Amino acid sequence: MSPLYGRLFMLIILASTWQGIAWFVNSSDFPSLFIVMESFIYHFFQGELLVNLSVTLTRVLISFTIAMILGVFIGIVMGTSKRINQLSDTLLIIALNIPALVTILLCYIWFGLVESAAILAVVINKIPTVVVMIREGARVVDNDLLNVAKVYKLSLSKTFFKVFLPQLYPYIMASARAGLSLIWKIVLVVELLGRSDGVGFALNTLFQFFDIAGILAYTFAFISIVLVIENLIFRPLDKLIARGVHHDSA
Amino acid sequence: MIALDIAIKNKYYANSTAVVLKDIQFSVKPGEFVAIIGPSGSGKTTLLNMLSGLEDATAQKLLGNSKSLHDCKEYQLGYVFQQPRLMPWLTVNENIQLVLPTAQERKIKTLLAQVGLADKGDYYPKQLSGGMQRRVAIARAFAVNPELILLDEPFNSLDAPTAAKLRLLLVNLCKSCGSTVVFVTHDLSEAIYLADRIIFMSNSPSSIIHQVNVNLPKPRKESGSTELAWQSQLMAQYPQILSGSVSTD
Repeated sequence: MSPLYGRLFMLIILASTWQGIAWFVNSSDFPSLFIVMESFIYHFFQGELLVNLSVTLTRVLISFTIAMILGVFIGIVMGTSKRINQLSDTLLIIALNIPALVTILLCYIWFGLVESAAILAVVINKIPTVVVMIREGARVVDNDLLNVAKVYKLSLSKTFFKVFLPQLYPYIMASARAGLSLIWKIVLVVELLGRSDGVGFALNTLFQFFDIAGILAYTFAFISIVLVIENLIFRPLDKLIARGVHHDSA
Repeated sequence: MIALDIAIKNKYYANSTAVVLKDIQFSVKPGEFVAIIGPSGSGKTTLLNMLSGLEDATAQKLLGNSKSLHDCKEYQLGYVFQQPRLMPWLTVNENIQLVLPTAQERKIKTLLAQVGLADKGDYYPKQLSGGMQRRVAIARAFAVNPELILLDEPFNSLDAPTAAKLRLLLVNLCKSCGSTVVFVTHDLSEAIYLADRIIFMSNSPSSIIHQVNVNLPKPRKESGSTELAWQSQLMAQYPQILSGSVSTD
C-alpha cells in the first residue's frame, strides 16, 4: 500500500467508526457525519466560517512567525554561550511553566482587549518551547565543521547560513511542527477570552447554543487546513532538509 | 608560496598544565614539502592546528614570510583534516564552492576532473565512498590556491591501493600548485615517497628529535628499491626513531 492510500485508509476507518458510534448512540449530542457535513456546508455558505477561519489563521501565522524567529535566536544564543545559558536558564524554566491561561489573562488585563495583546500572549506561550529545542541543537553543533569554516576564512554570514544553521534545521523543523499545533490551540483560547471574531469566538457562540454539529464542523475545517499545511509545506521541507543527510554510503 | 619560521617554547593542553609541545623549532622553505612523523599522541595535530590558527598560539613565534602567520589575513591556507569534514547538506560542487569567494564553476570542474570525480559534482558526500570523500576534501584544499597546505594523516584508514592512488594525486597537485606543504603522518614510507624533508618528533611532551632531507630524485616510487634502501639505512642508524627516540640501543 502506498503511503497516500495508507493515510486515506486510516481516515476512512476513523470516519466510519465515528458514523457507527453516532448510529448506535442515536443522540443529538453525538451528531452523525452527515449532520456535521450539513452544518459545515451551512456555515460555509453563510460566509462567517471562512471569515473566522481566515482571521484565526492570520493570528496563527503572525504569532508563529514571531515566536519562531525570536525562539530560534534566543535558543542559538543560549546554546552557544555557556554564561548566557547559566544566567537565563531559571528564567526559561519559569517561562516554560507559566500556564498559558495566566499569560493570556495578564496580557489582556495589562494591554487591554486588543489584537496586539492577543498576539503577544500567544508568542510568550510559544517562545520557551522553541528555545528549549533549538538550544539542544545549538549545543551539539559539530565543532569540526565550524573549524573548517574558520580555516578557510569564510565570512560570518556564510559560516552561519551554510555551516551552522543547517545543523539546526531538524530541530527547527521539529519545533515548527510542535509549534503550529500548540499555537493554534492557544489562539482559540485567546479568541474565546477576548476577541469578537475568529474560530475561538465562533466556537464559544456555538457552545452557548449547544450546537455540537457546528463545533465539529469548525474543528473539521481547521484540521483540514492543518493537514494541507502539513502536506504542502512541512513534508516538502522535510525532504529538502534531509538531502544529503540520509543517504547510505556508496 | 610561503616560507615558515616556527618556534614554539611551551604549548599546554587547553585548561591544563600538561605540556604538549616543547621547544619546537623549524623552518620551511617556500614550496618545500615537509613531513612530520611522530608517535601517536605526540601533538602533531596540535602543531598543525596552531599553524592554522585553530589552536591558541599566543606567545609563540609562528612566522609566514617573516610576518605573523595569523595576522596576515591575505595568505591562503588549505587544510586537509584527518576526517574529510565535508558539509553533508551540500553537494560536492557546493562544498568546494563554499570555500571560494566567487562563483567559479569551471575551476571546480577542472579540480574535480583532476581528482577523478568529474561526474560526481552533484552527489552528496554520504553518497560517496570514504576515499572519494577524501578526494573532495583534497580538492577543496587546493581550490583556494593555497600558499600553505596542511595535511593531517589524510590517508589514514584507507585501503592500501586507494591510499597509493591518493598519494600520487597529491604529488601531482602539489607539483601544479607549488604550495608549501606540511604533512603529518606516522607512516615512514609514505613520508619518504612524498617529502623533501622529514621531521621526527618525540613522545609527549614532544620536541624535534631529528630532521633529515630526503635526497632522492623525483618522481619517486611507492616502495621502490632506492626508497626502501634509503628507509632501511635510516632505520639501521636510528632503530627507535619511529617510537620517538634517537638513542642507538
